[in-house]
Amino acid sequence: MLIASALLSLPLLALFAVLAGRREVTHSIVYAGCFVASVALFGGGLTYLGGHSASPSWILPLGLPWLKAHFSIDNLSALFLLMINLGAAAASVFAIGYSQHLPQRRRVTPFFPLFLLAMNLVLMADDAFVFLVSWEFMSLSSWLMVVSDHTDEENRKAGNVYLIMAAFGTFCLLPAFGLMAGPGGDFTFAAMRIKDLGLMGGFMVALLTILGAGSKAGLVPLHAWLPLAHPAAPSHVSALMSGVMTKVALYGMIRVLLDLHGQLSWHWGAGLMMVGGITAVMGVLYAVLQDDLKKLLAYSTVENIGIAVIGLGLAIAFKGDGQVELAALALVASLYHMVNHSVFKTLLFLGAGAVISATGHRSLTVLGGLLKRMPWTGTAFLVGAAAISALPPLNGFVSEWLILQSLFKGPGMPHWAMKFGVPVVAAFLALAAALAATCFVRAYGITFLGRPRSADAAEAEDVSFGMRWSMAGLAVLCVVLGVIPVTVTDALSHVVRPLTGVGFAVSADLGWPWLSPVSATRGAYSGTILMMFGLSLFAIAIFVVHRLGTQALRRADPWDCGHPEDIPQTQYTSQSFAQPLRRAFGHTIFQAREKVVMPEPGDMAPATHKVSMIDPVWSGLYLPLVRGIDWIADHVNRLQYLTVRGYLLMMFLTLVFMLLVVAVRQQL
Amino acid sequence: MSQQFNYDIAHLIGATVLMAGFGLLYQRRVFAVLNTFAFQALALAAAAAWQAHIQDAPHLYFTAAIALLFKALAVPFALHWLVERLGIHRTVETALSIGWTMIVGVALVALSIMLVLPVTAAASALTRESLALAMSVVLLGMLMMITRRNAVTQVVGFMALENGLILAAVSAKGMPLVVEISIAFSVLVAMTLFGIFFFRIRERFDSLDVAYLESYRGDRS
Amino acid sequence: MNAMLWQLVQIVLVVALAPLVTGYVRWAKARLNGRRGPAPIQPYRDLYRLLQKEAIVAHSASWIFRAAPYVTFASVWLAACIVPTFTTNMVLAPAADLIALVALLAVGRFWTALAGMDVGTSFGGLGASREMLIASLAEPAMLMVTFSLSLLSGTTAPAQIVAFILAGNVGVEVSLGLALAALVMVALAENGRIPIDNPATHLELTMVHEAMVLEYSGRHLAMIEAAAMIRLTLYIALIATLFAPWGIAQPGAGAAGVVIGMVAFLLKTFSLATTLALFETSIAKMRVFRYADFLGGALLLGLLATIFLYVSEAV
Repeated sequence: MLIASALLSLPLLALFAVLAGRREVTHSIVYAGCFVASVALFGGGLTYLGGHSASPSWILPLGLPWLKAHFSIDNLSALFLLMINLGAAAASVFAIGYSQHLPQRRRVTPFFPLFLLAMNLVLMADDAFVFLVSWEFMSLSSWLMVVSDHTDEENRKAGNVYLIMAAFGTFCLLPAFGLMAGPGGDFTFAAMRIKDLGLMGGFMVALLTILGAGSKAGLVPLHAWLPLAHPAAPSHVSALMSGVMTKVALYGMIRVLLDLHGQLSWHWGAGLMMVGGITAVMGVLYAVLQDDLKKLLAYSTVENIGIAVIGLGLAIAFKGDGQVELAALALVASLYHMVNHSVFKTLLFLGAGAVISATGHRSLTVLGGLLKRMPWTGTAFLVGAAAISALPPLNGFVSEWLILQSLFKGPGMPHWAMKFGVPVVAAFLALAAALAATCFVRAYGITFLGRPRSADAAEAEDVSFGMRWSMAGLAVLCVVLGVIPVTVTDALSHVVRPLTGVGFAVSADLGWPWLSPVSATRGAYSGTILMMFGLSLFAIAIFVVHRLGTQALRRADPWDCGHPEDIPQTQYTSQSFAQPLRRAFGHTIFQAREKVVMPEPGDMAPATHKVSMIDPVWSGLYLPLVRGIDWIADHVNRLQYLTVRGYLLMMFLTLVFMLLVVAVRQQL
Repeated sequence: MSQQFNYDIAHLIGATVLMAGFGLLYQRRVFAVLNTFAFQALALAAAAAWQAHIQDAPHLYFTAAIALLFKALAVPFALHWLVERLGIHRTVETALSIGWTMIVGVALVALSIMLVLPVTAAASALTRESLALAMSVVLLGMLMMITRRNAVTQVVGFMALENGLILAAVSAKGMPLVVEISIAFSVLVAMTLFGIFFFRIRERFDSLDVAYLESYRGDRS
Repeated sequence: MNAMLWQLVQIVLVVALAPLVTGYVRWAKARLNGRRGPAPIQPYRDLYRLLQKEAIVAHSASWIFRAAPYVTFASVWLAACIVPTFTTNMVLAPAADLIALVALLAVGRFWTALAGMDVGTSFGGLGASREMLIASLAEPAMLMVTFSLSLLSGTTAPAQIVAFILAGNVGVEVSLGLALAALVMVALAENGRIPIDNPATHLELTMVHEAMVLEYSGRHLAMIEAAAMIRLTLYIALIATLFAPWGIAQPGAGAAGVVIGMVAFLLKTFSLATTLALFETSIAKMRVFRYADFLGGALLLGLLATIFLYVSEAV
């Protein structure tokens, strides 16, 4: 009842925003309403996670006359409901303050509740029809917000690419569900679960799902739209798209691959794991070289999706191989990472939004020194940056620890592809984690530390009350999810049990705060104990130092090895920070080249330093594709100028082709 | 000392030879390449001597001595002298960056392990490991010949390849001495040939970059 | 109860011993260079003297600059408490494994790098940028070493690895040799030793770690230096523990076993420190842009160590 009324309130809020959008207060009311609805849905998700053996389901007479709409909430949906609505609640609170300064807010506010509604419906869908309609609705409502600031050429381009990729995703998912339903079949998920897909059908369903849901989640090389579209939207929407919508895509992947698709062979898992590894490394390599704060965060989303997909692929491989305990471990690790990413990526995007609303800039080259001007935002962003860099005792570390632990068990599988693939993927994951730390040291250090690089940054003021608290809440959650890992894995255990057959068991030898998968001697981690010991050592260090030594402190000018410079431009910039990395990693992958032009002696012109980079995915995949389509379009164009006989010939050939297909099919 | 321990030490020395192979790929200076090569030959000599000890096959000491004298001492000194004498450019010119060469190298090692494992499924773990090591050394030598431009480094790559063959030969039991002598001689011949080759290239083109030979290929019009 | 006691001993031991190890390395290097060098206990005096001096903080520095030395120190100290040195019977042994150890060291690095950028000087940024480049390859290399050890012994917990090796389950493995080489390369890089960095340099073109902490003085500098000393001791102890665990007391070994473990630990530590001094005096520092090749090599060695297990162990 609670859930239904919360869902119903969302379209009403959208309607209200359209009708009364002129008034300032409307926007606040709408976002406050969204907050209440998300909290209600969060509570609804919480009640359905765990205890209930039978998941509730509803059948509503919606949609096409002969199809009824089926909804249900099982453990998997409940978990994702929690993720979605947590992010939504934080973003809504943030938006109350943030949308005040947003010039295009009348083009954003009405679609925000609709976007929330669509995401919630995808999770509750229990038949293909509801799922696909909500999925498409989710894409469209977010697309409208991406192009809300359509005066910017960049945003229009982002919108176009997004629309094409969203269409591609649905184009793949539609036949996947069609194949699962079969000819004249039943579109409910319950019917799909018991259907035998056969060899070819199973293959096509898995491939199309990975392509369709993977393009929405941002798997390399289908990620191209993500770093364009996510930053183009207003920040609270970016937070939802990056932190939450990508999780809906992964939900779709898990739902089909581990639930609806009966038996998936380990090959798919191995392939998915490899794709995940490549996605993680490529995503973070892009991120570490970005100068635009929001683009950097979007690329880091690509990386984290890759990490979660490594765990998912591993779970599929273990399950296909019959090692269900390890499958449960890998799946828990993957889900844990999704939860964590939804928390800290939402936090970081909201932080970026706060920076933008305070300074008006999102380019790292003009920011700096914001921690002193915006202590709340700066501190919350620091927690998010540390969490995403997988530093203990925060949450990002726990999930990466779990994924590494499950990877370390991977070579136990009797397949050579896994034996050699798993160490490589582990190296990729480790590389991605270390580069993520570099990326966020750079992002945080350039944005919040040092001296301001522009007047706007020097005069920034911290954001309003609601915005601060939404970030602070998420930051606290980053800590909580990190120090009580076993409580989280216990909750996730309910989710994985129906999918893998067994739950996730922490070894009983050690007890509550010790996270020790597989067995007690296998290696354990306890965020709680580490945090306690760390804090005590920290306190002891401070105490001893202050007892032994002097407490005198003097403020002075920086020393800087004897030649300090007053001009903030002498600081390391984002470009100079990235330079060694660009040389080490970008030379081959991005074809990064530096060119220094020195003026002639006596010439007063400044020397110039230019960096050129090529995006391998665009130049290697998309642009050739576009050129190919152009070429085909040019040639197909001739068909417009045929004679009548020519058109008749075309129809005749089509008919013959169709008959041939029928004939061949009958033979098979 | 147990049998297992003997073999473990043998493999450790074999791994040292392999590591020296990676070291060859890693170096940027011609002299450093020569030093690394001398080290590799030294490790090879140690491997042969150790095999002589554990297999109780005295003729392998002879192989070890050959490796030590010719490959670890004579050849590096000669090449050193050649480089100095000819005033050859002392930086290794790479066709593929060092990082990528090493990644390809690791992939080649993985490949040789993958190849050796099923073929020798019946054999003991000991033989498998020696074979995998030796094959990796051979492949790394080839890789070096392909990805390094200078003639000197190509010679070194060729001889590193030979080192891999000898490593395989000493690890297998009952390899007759004749073969080893022939291998040692082939090295000598190869070195002489390459020496002459150097002088000739240098006389004609005033450089040792083999790219200059390209224009003399017959198959181009 | 014993586990708690030994843990406390370990906590005190690493802090007390670390300056001596560093001082010993400096002294040994001086001797090898033909100098008399300061006494090995000089670092204690240095630290005490730094504590007595007033701390100078730049106007442009934020609270991160002042917090970073303590966070770095505490995280490295915590990490050092996890590595079993003389006994594996410790309370914290199951709280963190090698992966967590790598991550704890990353915490210290994260904060030091941020502190380097906090004042807004060009040197701080330079140091932070180079340090993170080194870390971005050294950290995965260490995780690959962990991977191969975990594949060999079936566990990532250092205490269990020690138990596994001491039980005589492992011969002289090629993989172990490769892993050791990789770990040594990582240790050299992470401690800012030659050939990656020179702990004694203040030459602007070459410094990495020193550039980051250039603005520190007084007690803050003391904390940073002490953290660096503990890190060096930690890596030496880690190498000794994982690759030469002989002598380490197992749970239930009694006081005599612990004493033997302590003696063995001191012997191993100082012989490794001597090796380090010998190595550092006989090699030159490399160019900044060769770091990637060097540490990439360490990463690949770690990967090789893992795949070589398939040949020898038939896992």
